[in-house]
Amino acid sequence: MEHTRKELIVSALENGTVLDHIPAENVYKALDILGLKDINSQITIGINLNSRMYGKKGIIKIADRFFKDEELNKLALIAPKGTVNIIRDFHVVEKKKLEMPAEIEGIARCMNPKCITNHQPVPTRFSVSEEKGEISLLCHYCEKKSDIKALF
Amino acid sequence: MNRKSLISIGDFSKEEILHVLETAKEFEQNRSQKILDGKVIACIFFEPSTRTRLSFETAVNRLGAKVIGFSDATNTSVSKGETLKDTIKMVSNYVDMIIMRHPLEGSSRYASEVASVPVVNAGDGANQHPSQTLLDLYSIQKTQGTLENLTINMVGDLKYGRTTHSLLQAMSHFNPSFIFTAPDELKMPAEYKDFLTEKGIGFTETTSLEEHLDDCDILYMTRVQQERFTDPMEYEKVKDVYRLEASMLGNVKKNMKILHPLPRVGEIDQDVDDTPYAYYFKQAENGLYVRMAIIAYLLGYR
Repeated sequence: MEHTRKELIVSALENGTVLDHIPAENVYKALDILGLKDINSQITIGINLNSRMYGKKGIIKIADRFFKDEELNKLALIAPKGTVNIIRDFHVVEKKKLEMPAEIEGIARCMNPKCITNHQPVPTRFSVSEEKGEISLLCHYCEKKSDIKALF
Repeated sequence: MNRKSLISIGDFSKEEILHVLETAKEFEQNRSQKILDGKVIACIFFEPSTRTRLSFETAVNRLGAKVIGFSDATNTSVSKGETLKDTIKMVSNYVDMIIMRHPLEGSSRYASEVASVPVVNAGDGANQHPSQTLLDLYSIQKTQGTLENLTINMVGDLKYGRTTHSLLQAMSHFNPSFIFTAPDELKMPAEYKDFLTEKGIGFTETTSLEEHLDDCDILYMTRVQQERFTDPMEYEKVKDVYRLEASMLGNVKKNMKILHPLPRVGEIDQDVDDTPYAYYFKQAENGLYVRMAIIAYLLGYR
């Protein structure tokens, strides 16, 4: 617990959500996936923080916002080792790991140029699978596989 | 109301596949059964495909239903920029079933989600064409007496050929073994080989057409298309290598049959047509009975 307290002191949240162990280069993508670019909550972002376990990491602290697991788990695609801390009254009341979602909707673009979702206003749907550490996204419509680049 | 659609061969279980094949047999014996009298079915073809459209429309007519539709999207409101969703919603209001072909992949799945009636995919780009797969299965079952424990030799463009991929998926229910005969540039993609390995189904690969002609039950030929090659020299080398001639069939199994989704270009010489192994024209005819069976099953009449 000592570790957590030290980490959070940087800008202690009274209430909110801390997303930790995000790969440094994916922090902006994480904001995008969670739709945090256009909200009014106070957000603190750290990029290229030293991490004993992961080298460089990113961290995102969102004041006064709590998320459903389904929303957070989308982040597992870009931050498989990400963790979530729920803060209430300056204390970590819950700590959880991100879990890879089985399906994602509306957040990736199919890499098949002939897919219907690239030509008509159809929200994308993919089922997610992981083989040998590589994430692949199977399009619900054209049945072709896209890799993780489809998210960017 | 029954809302089951047929978009991809994976939508049908093994039992459903066998049921449709059984029903097709019944329609082959009696090919005019007006069980759909009073129904209206839309055949909407956003790109031309004369062969498939005529087969489906004949199937609808032989079942006693009426056909509406179009065979080319240029004279419809699609050319005015109407979305697929709106077209499907509109057509859904009029008919009991939609049979559609569209150049974009995934379009039929999407249509089945916005339609209020069953949708049959008559080809969505290079993705799926399940009625072709079912007629392939019907032809295999009819010529071999079974679908179980057969050796299927797939020849030609195994990389882009959707018919071979769907057939492979469908046959995986029946303990087959596969031979993949293809040039290096057009080999069966890894994802399908992984699929077979997961299911414990054996396969061998070769680049030589002669090598496994004599040990297969079904020789499934496909067209090698020039536009698939990055190097035109490669195409020139390959196109004559994959040319089946009657003289090559001297030692094949007695029960062996040659299938081809058609149209063929040069890959089967005309002299093969007169051998007892040629089955590709009959295969196309079988499409009618299979399509009748698909329509009757999805509408709950079989």
